[in-house]
Amino acid sequence: MTRTSVTSLLNEPLIFERSGPGKSAYTLPRLDVEDVPVEEILDSKYLRTEVRGFPEVSEVELIRHYTRLSTWNYHIDLGMYPLGSCTMKYNPKLNERVSRIPGIALTHPLQEEQHSQGNLEILFRLQECLKELTAMDAVSLQPAGGAQAELIGILMIRAHLTRKGNPRKFVLIPDSAHGTNPASAVLAGYEVISIPSDKKGRIDVKVLAEKMSEEVACLMLTNPNTMGIFETHIEEIAQIVHQRGGLIYMDGANFNALMGYARPGEMGIDVLHLNLHKTFSTPHGGGGPGSGPVVCKEHLAPYLPVPRVEQEGELYRLNSDKPESVGRVHSFYGNFGMAVRALCYILSCGREGLKELSEMAVLSANYIRRRLEGHYELPYDTDILHEVVFSDKKQHKKGVTTLDIAKRLIDYGFHPPTTYFPLIVEGALMIEPTESHSKEELDAFIDAMIAISHEVEEDPEKLLSAPTTAKLTRLDEVRAARSAILRWEP
Amino acid sequence: MRYVSITPEEKRLMLKATGVDRVEDLFATIPENLRLSKTLDIPEAASETDILKYFHSLGRKNASAEDFEYFLGAGAYNHFIPTVIDSVISRSEFYTCYTPYQPEISQGTLQATFEFQTLICQLTGMEVANASLYDGGSALAEGVLMAVRTTRRQKVLVAQSVHPEYRRVLETYAANLDIQLQELPFTESGCVDVEALERLVSEDHAAVVIQSPNFFGVLDDVEQAIGLSQSVGALSVVVVSEALSLGLLKPPGELGADIVVGEGQSLGIPLGFGGPYLGLFATKDKYKRQMPGRLVGQTVDSEGRQGYVLTLATREQHIRRQKATSNICTNQGLCALVAAVFLSVLGKQGIRELAEQNLKKAFHLRKLLGDSLVFSGATFNEMVVECSEDPAEINRQLVSEGIIGGLPLGRYFPERSNQMLVCVTEQNSLEKINRLADVLTSVKVTL
Repeated sequence: MTRTSVTSLLNEPLIFERSGPGKSAYTLPRLDVEDVPVEEILDSKYLRTEVRGFPEVSEVELIRHYTRLSTWNYHIDLGMYPLGSCTMKYNPKLNERVSRIPGIALTHPLQEEQHSQGNLEILFRLQECLKELTAMDAVSLQPAGGAQAELIGILMIRAHLTRKGNPRKFVLIPDSAHGTNPASAVLAGYEVISIPSDKKGRIDVKVLAEKMSEEVACLMLTNPNTMGIFETHIEEIAQIVHQRGGLIYMDGANFNALMGYARPGEMGIDVLHLNLHKTFSTPHGGGGPGSGPVVCKEHLAPYLPVPRVEQEGELYRLNSDKPESVGRVHSFYGNFGMAVRALCYILSCGREGLKELSEMAVLSANYIRRRLEGHYELPYDTDILHEVVFSDKKQHKKGVTTLDIAKRLIDYGFHPPTTYFPLIVEGALMIEPTESHSKEELDAFIDAMIAISHEVEEDPEKLLSAPTTAKLTRLDEVRAARSAILRWEP
Repeated sequence: MRYVSITPEEKRLMLKATGVDRVEDLFATIPENLRLSKTLDIPEAASETDILKYFHSLGRKNASAEDFEYFLGAGAYNHFIPTVIDSVISRSEFYTCYTPYQPEISQGTLQATFEFQTLICQLTGMEVANASLYDGGSALAEGVLMAVRTTRRQKVLVAQSVHPEYRRVLETYAANLDIQLQELPFTESGCVDVEALERLVSEDHAAVVIQSPNFFGVLDDVEQAIGLSQSVGALSVVVVSEALSLGLLKPPGELGADIVVGEGQSLGIPLGFGGPYLGLFATKDKYKRQMPGRLVGQTVDSEGRQGYVLTLATREQHIRRQKATSNICTNQGLCALVAAVFLSVLGKQGIRELAEQNLKKAFHLRKLLGDSLVFSGATFNEMVVECSEDPAEINRQLVSEGIIGGLPLGRYFPERSNQMLVCVTEQNSLEKINRLADVLTSVKVTL
């Protein structure tokens, strides 16, 4: 049986085009105070006439509108989503239920500490778990995503070095790094020096040693890196950087490979971030919200954002009295709702479960690699952990690119892998299965990839015109950028 | 382990195919001495039943809007949340999908985001809005960075009546970028000191930042501030922390604002102990290529059918790396969907009616408070009250009556330790509003 069938998706216009005067989808309680006319309360200079263009629809239409839209999305509950570096794992339903418990969800961030003990316990316990998983000393759950955590982490390094007399000028970043790394370093006031990868897909330690100087604040590395390769020389790297007074920031986007196997705090890492929306199963929500806890060693702890969640006897409290803190990056305590889900996940999996997740994620990636390596070019033959990067080198000769392979996968019922990243691999296809899938699902994906590699030889047109089974065929991105229609107009 | 679907036999087959005997062998690239030898000090797996019990017990250790009536706002508002919102966002299709980088199979998220961008433009009166930022604080920071980028100037005037937490976030972001933040005082009305602004603002300024309704609940002098900033070529940045107010109040765009940033929590997002919330960012069309964050644009597919894609991506970190307009990657996608559904549920009539209820209920309290009000300026649904005793003490008294009182202002303004910032929304009842006024003024209200 083939995985896809002909789908008949209903069309649906923009909500504004569904609108009709007098329709409504809401009810409000009767006003129980004196109904003073607005104009008697506020001068007309403050008032608008109406929100021009706002839709008016009934509840039935509204629900159908969004339900129809939703059917046009691929999603994890439908099937495998092998996006490299994104860790698209299953998002447990229990997390969602727990996060909606009214006593947890309907709480105000500024209510008194004694009225927030349950929430503070959630934050504190999650911090403790993350410390144990990483062998680090202190945590802030405030950053709303990985990029914000990177900014905070680099600012903490900057504060530390400033106190020692010189904030320094440069940040070293491997050429395989996520784009957020250099963008965050610049935001923290640093210039970026790129470090090339060696023939094995790892940081070129020799070049690193040459580039490292007393003007380098830190090295930002991802481990395992975006090739899925563990930086085996991490201790030597740490020594090179630390010897010259620099620090090491680790992008923990790939932490799903390490749980229960290795801890950044034992590798010489000074500060790292984790992504609750990757490793700890909180949903991606079509682009967010995420959460990027920043986790550090004792010597950087004074600089963490405030407030810090601390335990004092039986009570939990928020402590803002940290004069050396780099400040805030988010109002209140960050994306608390994601912390609730992550703690729920950690407790559901338990210590053995977390380790098993990493094992199955690594096994699944290696299985895919072995079964596909004869069909797609492997730019590096180095052993991998949780993800594998292929290239389109073999297919390119037939005039077929990574983009075409990705689009053709859609016709086979799969979300494509991450494409054209990392930048060090031309035509990269970056596959991260995670631990969530059955062997049957993995095999179906592998079979689809192999079938596509055969199509490249026999009938490349099938790839060039793909996808044909989705709601739309390929979209004109050049036209989108040129015309830049970013909103509906009547 | 219920989140894993591989049987022991399948595991054996997969290991065999992979060419190793044991799963541990796959971790051989981690040097031996770095491999964890101990068991993690994390509890053993808990059952679903035990987890539910545990989290329910935690919920009972909190006060929540289920059991208390809240008069606490200050950037997080207890508003009505229509039931349909959770129905929509609980659809796996929306909450378990990724950023829509593959548009052919992400049209749902893309069209909903395009609608969100449109709704925010309409609400703020601006020409273009992005697909969301993290929250009000980082939206402000990004707005200021954009103004600095656009004007190539380094000084920024920020009203002291902008939410104190947003200002702290801005300070963090601006700390190492050679940006000079200067404070702009307010007057007895609670509005920004226009004379001071006139005196301070110069052609060295990239931006002037004010908030309305401001942190004290006062409707600020937005028009004057915009005029004065633009007279020297600085961009006017207007902050909105209570987005619902725009259902009734003249939008910053209509007054000529260059950049509108804010917090969208009021638009259907639960209080949630402070997050996830929703950073709003809107500006004029001419600045669209300087914007931070993702943008969805309309286009056609190869057969000419209308569709949507992420666009103008050359501004973003995954393309431009260190030259990007912002480092943001993950945003608040699902919260933006919440806001889009909320605004579509209420629509043109509902948003106005809901905003009017807030205004009228707050006005009722305002009348009762009379002389205890600290600022004379017009307000929407928040106001500052002078208390006869420590506001925290008053709050303790109110708790026994099922009321969570306002914010003791001393938390952010130590010199105002006897003042309380009170918020009234459509969720507050006449009875409790009267009771609050009663306690705050210590004069019995006659009904």
